[in-house]
Amino acid sequence: MTEEILTTPLEQQEYTINMGPQHPSTHGVLRYVVSLKGEIVHKVEPHLGYIHRGIEKMCEKLTYPQIIHLTDRLDYLTAHINNHAVCLAVEGALQVEVPERVVYIRTIMDELNRIASHQLWWCAYGMDLGGLTCFFYGLRDREKILDIFEESCGSRLLHSYYTPGGLMKDINPNFQKRTKEFIKYFRKKLPEYDQLLTGNVIFQERTKGVGPLTKEEAISYGVTGPNGRASGFSCDVRKHHPYAAYDKVDFKEAFYTEGDTFHRYKARIDEMWESMKIIEQLVDNIPEGDYSAKMKAVIKLPEGEYFQRVEAAKGDFGIFIISDGNKTPYRVKFRSPNFCNLSCIDLLSKNFKIADLVAISGSLDLVIPDIDR
Amino acid sequence: MSNQELKEKIQALLPTAEFAEGGKWLTVVIPKEKIHSLCKSLKETPELAFDFLLCESGVDYPDKMAVFYHLESTLHRHMLVIKAIIPTRENPEIHTVSDLYQTANYHEREIWDFFGINFKNHPDMRRIFLDEISDNIGHPFRKDYQDEVNIIER
Repeated sequence: MTEEILTTPLEQQEYTINMGPQHPSTHGVLRYVVSLKGEIVHKVEPHLGYIHRGIEKMCEKLTYPQIIHLTDRLDYLTAHINNHAVCLAVEGALQVEVPERVVYIRTIMDELNRIASHQLWWCAYGMDLGGLTCFFYGLRDREKILDIFEESCGSRLLHSYYTPGGLMKDINPNFQKRTKEFIKYFRKKLPEYDQLLTGNVIFQERTKGVGPLTKEEAISYGVTGPNGRASGFSCDVRKHHPYAAYDKVDFKEAFYTEGDTFHRYKARIDEMWESMKIIEQLVDNIPEGDYSAKMKAVIKLPEGEYFQRVEAAKGDFGIFIISDGNKTPYRVKFRSPNFCNLSCIDLLSKNFKIADLVAISGSLDLVIPDIDR
Repeated sequence: MSNQELKEKIQALLPTAEFAEGGKWLTVVIPKEKIHSLCKSLKETPELAFDFLLCESGVDYPDKMAVFYHLESTLHRHMLVIKAIIPTRENPEIHTVSDLYQTANYHEREIWDFFGINFKNHPDMRRIFLDEISDNIGHPFRKDYQDEVNIIER
């Protein structure tokens, strides 16, 4: 046996190594079992469930306003957007008309949250590929958004700011001013991101042509969000199934057809520009009015099945509620974008080097609590 | 295509299908034997072209089990919900659609893990989340699942 190993050339030996669960580039407890031949990746098999908490099962014992607090803990970088899905599902089922003010505030908050999520992805991705400076730039700017959130929602990460029918609390009087200041600031800072990383030759060499995904594969694997759009799969829920105030604003879907790691990166940078555009169109026009519609103290959904899709920062987030008429749902299922995006990792990294696996899995922007649920 | 037109098209494909209305999207209720052939024709008929499986979820009812398929056409942008009924709760089984939609691979492993629904012809029918804890933990999302240690009834 030993002799056999010693005499076979390295490129022909297939061996497996574990990447994770404690590995900096998986951004959480995710384990890839990687089969390698020399340095070439042959097969990647993700092992999930390290932080599986059974949120869907827990939801079956909780009332609808309580479920909102659990959705924060799915994709914790886009807590507002997850809350939004639950609220829209409940409001849609009860046919509650929410005040226009709420619709505007929710849309602005969602977009701020999207920018914050992409900033954290950008800085961590730069760091994955060896550019530590990115981390400081990204977090510096994200801090400003978290300050805006803190002022209005009282918390920086797990907001639980939306409730069925409206918001927990009205926005802070400073909100509009602070948001406009941030947009003005970030419009100057975002080109720095391009100067620092996008144009970098080493970065381009490591990402261009790496991990290509075609449009057909993206649709078949259910890869949505910026990952899908980089492959030419037009999957923006905000465009195709508009909710909140997205039918009132003008924005472009970040769209590329190449589908490689570099264009997944570009799609997210473009989305930050588009999100700023959306916020600018809305922030001055927030109508006066109530911050919540009148809701019953105990919310009971009529018997039936409800599905609500929203566009989270990672892709198409959905909540599927089956109600039997009680105050707790009969079954809740979260369609988590990261779970579906992860499924194509084997396809993407086949026949690339192991260092490219880091670039590919980083470009998918995986958040593990959302995968494991 | 509107829900009414979709209904007529699907009735032509599968005359025994039942429809549940009232929701945002048309819901087709079918027995489990029909799922693969229906999905195949939904995907391959050009005017329907349901090529994107958005979500697949298992449900445990008191006397039966069901699998929900949320399909979208990326060409026509219409949506359809399929509810495939499995009449038994003992060793439930249904045909996989992972040969038509790759994303079903993970979703079906999850449903097997949580509900114990076995997917015939699935390429890799293993647990996805709970595999390393124990082999005999059962399927915890079933309504009759008992676990004195981790589930606290209030």
